[in-house]
Amino acid sequence: MLDYGPDAILMTGLDGSNWHLKDYEARGGYGALKKILNEKITPEAVVAEVKKSGLRGRGGAGFPAGLKWSFMPKQYTGAKYLVCNSDEGEPGTFKDRDILRYNPHMLIEGMLIGAYAMGIGTGYNYIHGEIWAEYELFEQALAEARAAGYLGKNILGTEFAFELHAVHGYGAYICGEETGLLESIEGKKGQPRFKPPFPASFGLYGKPTTINNTETFAAVPWIINNGGDAFLALGKPNNGGTKLFSVSGHVNRPGNYEVRLGTPFAKLLEMAGGMRGGRKIKAVIPGGSSAPVLPGHIIMQTDLDYDSIAKAGSMLGSGAVIVMDETTCMVRALERLSYFYFEESCGQCTPCREGTGWMYRMVHRIEHGKGRQEDLDLLTNVADNIAGRTICALGDAAALPVKSFINHFRDEFQYHIDHKRCMVSVPGGYFSAESAAVERAA
Amino acid sequence: MLSAESLKKIDREIAKFPAGQKQSAVMAALAIAQDEKGWLATETMDYLAHYLGMPPIAVYEVASFYNMYNLAPGGKHKLTICTNLPCALSGAADAAEHLKQCLGVGFNETTADGRITLKEGECMGACGDAPVLLVNNKRMCGSMSRDKLDQLLAELK
Repeated sequence: MLDYGPDAILMTGLDGSNWHLKDYEARGGYGALKKILNEKITPEAVVAEVKKSGLRGRGGAGFPAGLKWSFMPKQYTGAKYLVCNSDEGEPGTFKDRDILRYNPHMLIEGMLIGAYAMGIGTGYNYIHGEIWAEYELFEQALAEARAAGYLGKNILGTEFAFELHAVHGYGAYICGEETGLLESIEGKKGQPRFKPPFPASFGLYGKPTTINNTETFAAVPWIINNGGDAFLALGKPNNGGTKLFSVSGHVNRPGNYEVRLGTPFAKLLEMAGGMRGGRKIKAVIPGGSSAPVLPGHIIMQTDLDYDSIAKAGSMLGSGAVIVMDETTCMVRALERLSYFYFEESCGQCTPCREGTGWMYRMVHRIEHGKGRQEDLDLLTNVADNIAGRTICALGDAAALPVKSFINHFRDEFQYHIDHKRCMVSVPGGYFSAESAAVERAA
Repeated sequence: MLSAESLKKIDREIAKFPAGQKQSAVMAALAIAQDEKGWLATETMDYLAHYLGMPPIAVYEVASFYNMYNLAPGGKHKLTICTNLPCALSGAADAAEHLKQCLGVGFNETTADGRITLKEGECMGACGDAPVLLVNNKRMCGSMSRDKLDQLLAELK
């Protein structure tokens, strides 16, 4: 059995191979859809239930799902689209992959309920190009659902019709941004669009569209089965339910853990087997690489919910918890992240296209003993001039790590500039002085 | 230009989209063409442009925007290793170094025998299995220790 922890309500009863339709039905699957159709629960009532649940977007922005659903124009009679964002490429995040490969029908049922609630006839699930096996498995799950009459026309003998397709990316982080993703489905470069207009009025093919994350949709059947109040009660006010956290980095048992929102970080760390080698925790990025880094002593006192992490100075984001121990050189860690944003900037907005490269080159030279005294202030300045000045959030995402790493670990950056070497010198560590020295000698 | 089997697959992709939106299938069509040909020559992309009713430049734009398309011929196998932070914290730098030494090539280079092209990748969404690498875009391998890398290299003839 796969163990996501004792709080798990979505990822429970799974053994890695029981993802098929018959297994899902044996777990009570498609019961929420049947309940809605049999009891003729109105679309408005479904949206109200999701609103009540306090379910917030699990992809990173944390926008209330029910509220987003209510933005879809009700009177509009033309084509409307439902899109699932399974383009999981935020460094540290690997939860949606588990939903896709271990419980795909839960996602399909969640999308069906969303389609019913918003009067949508067609949906697409856009899957990260690198997880090809999951894409193929999801196609199989769709075929099962079609054959059983859960997708297509006259679903379960009613007037309700919904068709769902799987599509894939092919290596572009930016397509995780919802309008970049829409462009990609339209067969274009994944360059984000100006908002407004928002997708609810001008989305896929210019039609009203709602886009939610995989985990967001996957939570919907449970909410319908058990009620929005019950979901909300699992978490905290304004932070309903459980959430999958992807724990990576210097822990003994990296992996996904489903915990109630509001669970202390220390508890999650314990579930992940504690620090590797019994080392001391130095820093944690709590919500994917775009979230500001927090020093160990702060995160150890923080609860894992949207509001608590925001209060601590970061973001819950996608729930990707990257743990770094005392052997980690923060300059080198930031160098790698800066390279990522430089590499993945779509090139559309000048501040991001030029600024991400500029930041990377500065962090690179600091890491390699060529940093200049003025670089730290200049880095902050460049970051400030990217954030808020771009079409999409990638600019902010690139700026936040730079600002937070320098803010919390300025002495390490300063040491690199002053001494032209790393102040972290734990032998055998990751990103340690030893390996940095080898690189410099090369 | 493309095999009947590939065209059948592309037609299945086209059918996922509304009438008049054939262009939506270009991402999949390029991947299918690449699977057959190994890389995307201009003539292949021109053919797809015609097949999907798109201007050729729109196909080139897509092929050059997404990292997993091969715009030049490479080795028989492509290994893309993630070196992003979560993987790096779990030994990706060592794994990449090991690959470079075993193969005698750097990133974006192909072994002299034309067997393997080595690439550096970005987050593949499987950080729990770090370090991870992709074989020919489609096969994900996790927890790549030196032993597992050696096994993989021995397997890729």
